[in-house]
Amino acid sequence: MAKVKLTIDNNTVEVEQGTSVLEAARQIGIKIPTLCYLKEINVIGACRLCIVKVQGARSYMASCTLPAAEGMVIWTHTPGLRQARRMIMELILSDHPMECLTCMRHGRCELQTMAESLGVRDIRFQRVSKTMYEKDESSPSIIREPKKCIYCRRCVSVCNSVQTVHAIGPQLRGFNTVIAPPYNLPLDKSVCVNCGQCSLVCPVGAIYEKDDTDRAWAALADPSKHVVVQTAPATRVTMGEAFGLPPGTPVTGRMVAALRRLGFDRVFDTDFTADLTIIEEGNELLHRVKNGGVLPQITSCSPGWIKFIEHFYPELLDHLSSAKSPQQMFGSLAKTFYAQKAGIDPKDIVVVSIMPCTAKKYEALRPEMEDSGYRDVDIVLTSRELGRMLKEACIDLANLPDEEYDDPLGLSTGAAAIFGATGGVMEAALRTVYEVVTGETLGNIDLVQVRGLEGIKEATIDLKGLPVKVLVAHGLKHARALMDRLKAGELKDYHFIEVMCCPGGCIGGGGQPIGTNSEMRQLRIDGIYKVDSAMEYRKSHENPAVKELYEQFLGEPLSEKSHHLLHTKYTGRSNHPEIGE
Amino acid sequence: MSCCQDHQHYDREVLAGFIEGYRGQPSGLIQVLSKIQQTTGFLPKDLMATTAERLDLSLTEVYGTASFYAFFTFRPRGRHGITLCNGTACYVKGAGQVLDSLEKELNIRAGDTTGDRKYSLDVVRCIGCCALAPVITIDEDVYAGVDPEKVPEILEKYE
Ligand code: SF4
Ligand code: SF4
Ligand code: SF4
Ligand code: FES
Repeated sequence: MAKVKLTIDNNTVEVEQGTSVLEAARQIGIKIPTLCYLKEINVIGACRLCIVKVQGARSYMASCTLPAAEGMVIWTHTPGLRQARRMIMELILSDHPMECLTCMRHGRCELQTMAESLGVRDIRFQRVSKTMYEKDESSPSIIREPKKCIYCRRCVSVCNSVQTVHAIGPQLRGFNTVIAPPYNLPLDKSVCVNCGQCSLVCPVGAIYEKDDTDRAWAALADPSKHVVVQTAPATRVTMGEAFGLPPGTPVTGRMVAALRRLGFDRVFDTDFTADLTIIEEGNELLHRVKNGGVLPQITSCSPGWIKFIEHFYPELLDHLSSAKSPQQMFGSLAKTFYAQKAGIDPKDIVVVSIMPCTAKKYEALRPEMEDSGYRDVDIVLTSRELGRMLKEACIDLANLPDEEYDDPLGLSTGAAAIFGATGGVMEAALRTVYEVVTGETLGNIDLVQVRGLEGIKEATIDLKGLPVKVLVAHGLKHARALMDRLKAGELKDYHFIEVMCCPGGCIGGGGQPIGTNSEMRQLRIDGIYKVDSAMEYRKSHENPAVKELYEQFLGEPLSEKSHHLLHTKYTGRSNHPEIGE
Repeated sequence: MSCCQDHQHYDREVLAGFIEGYRGQPSGLIQVLSKIQQTTGFLPKDLMATTAERLDLSLTEVYGTASFYAFFTFRPRGRHGITLCNGTACYVKGAGQVLDSLEKELNIRAGDTTGDRKYSLDVVRCIGCCALAPVITIDEDVYAGVDPEKVPEILEKYE
């Protein structure tokens, strides 16, 4: 790679050709303010806050889109630049509703922080009125509040290039411009898959998760309800972040303690049903292999992925495992098996989930998800919402003692924990499938080929003469690439594919802490494997509580009862729902 | 969907063929949209979706581009186009009351078309004959110094 040398604020720096001036400056510790920029994802020069002075150039230039060139001389913080940045900020604010005190992002808003750090104290421009569109509360997962939008287009880039969903984009023009689905329709009329990746990157309060905390408070305060909570695998390595702990810090025991203090009657674990998912899905795979079923089988635990394939590849739905996601398996068992065992009327049980995911809110509301005879999962909270509840209740998770999950839906294995990271479901499944098929104990159970942030991963596992070929994709762009290959008939000799909707898997889910980036994803993944290796049991089929569940209640994997409670069906959808019938 | 939904007879096959000619060419979007609008008078939703499909674009991008240009419309037009001037002179001379009267009489808002597709109503910024304010035009006819009370009378002339 060719290198170029340039001078920034009197420091010389050598960078690879093609590096932006902004990134070159960062390399030597010089920070330039940015608002629209999102490394490698949104590099469009929209906000102009990152302007710099370039020797020989007539006007200031946006450093995020300016490639570093040999001999360039740059200044980043002259008095003129400071003045210009402040003016740009005043212009951005001139049509912004000043509703900070009641805004979802109050105190965690990049616009607010930027106005503060640029020293804006007055807005000299007359307040012009852009169209103040109504809040869009149609989606079960995502709220849009277009009047707060600053048109940075981060959400659009993420939805287009990372997820290839293209649910939202700039529509109309001038003061009427709005980032919205086509025809400025509400989100629930679009192809939006509820992944929430847009809500992770929006710098302001213009796109955020639907807040269900009030419903959770109400359930907790109702003495006639027995409120049980389940915690998703990925939440145990991210819940600490809101309380100042570094990303990836395992906080399982502290989270259990915090939930108990909030008042939940039982604190259970989605990891328990993650183990169960492996048993059902692994057996389904073996059944397909033995009986000439549709292969490759594709995982089905990521609801954003499910809606994606339903919209864009309905002809491939037969490849999906019929196993429900761990969240939904938990719901249907809580209101049947657990209700029976505890002697509680299922109508009095409220199931709350703590999820890394905004799409889980949508999944819980899918019409078919009531196999227990009741709505299987009642309330889904993202890790961000749980963080807010704990703060409101003045519970400092970081400083709590470790506590244990309750029985009987609280025991799990390391195989379940790694569901939270891309490749984890595959690794967990193979740990079990290997032993079921070969009857031998797996020596080295770490399947490192499918770990890590590479977009598409591949491995072949030898089951004593039977080579099993698997693929793993995370982020819908990579899922789409695999589905195109599958459609073209190129994946005929593969057996199993894992797809996770969000980059990095659930640890990078749309309900996780704002500002999630690749470094944080990697730290959380490291945390997940730490949790795994510290577990007493590390293979799902060794989970004694799961064995007991089969003995006492389900019978055997894929039994009629299992099918009724733990498996589901999918719905083909149009890829242009916006145009109606 | 029938090709007669807008009471204009155009050959959907020919149009589909034209769109097909741009298969895999996102850069042809404006040409395709213009052709559709010329042929049908507006941009019907199903043809927007076909365009997206053929040109390898999302509907979000197709609508985003189309709605950026004032030239494109998304609703079928009426047989008679009414344009009300709301430039400064007309505004001062009471274009507002004329608009109220038109909207009431036709039972639509500016920018819309009546249910029977007889009239479309649009407001523009100054059509350049300020001495005649307030002015409306219907198709090629110009009505000067319009009295809001006379609006029903004017409309009666059109079939
Ligand atoms: S988006 Fe930020 S600046 Fe705007 S009202 Fe909310 S907190 Fe305030
Ligand atoms: S939730 Fe996902 S699919 Fe929906 S608009 Fe946001 S990024 Fe796009
Ligand atoms: S909704 Fe948020 S991320 Fe999207 S353009 Fe507006 S401010 Fe940017
Ligand atoms: S950060 Fe460079 S223009 Fe917005």
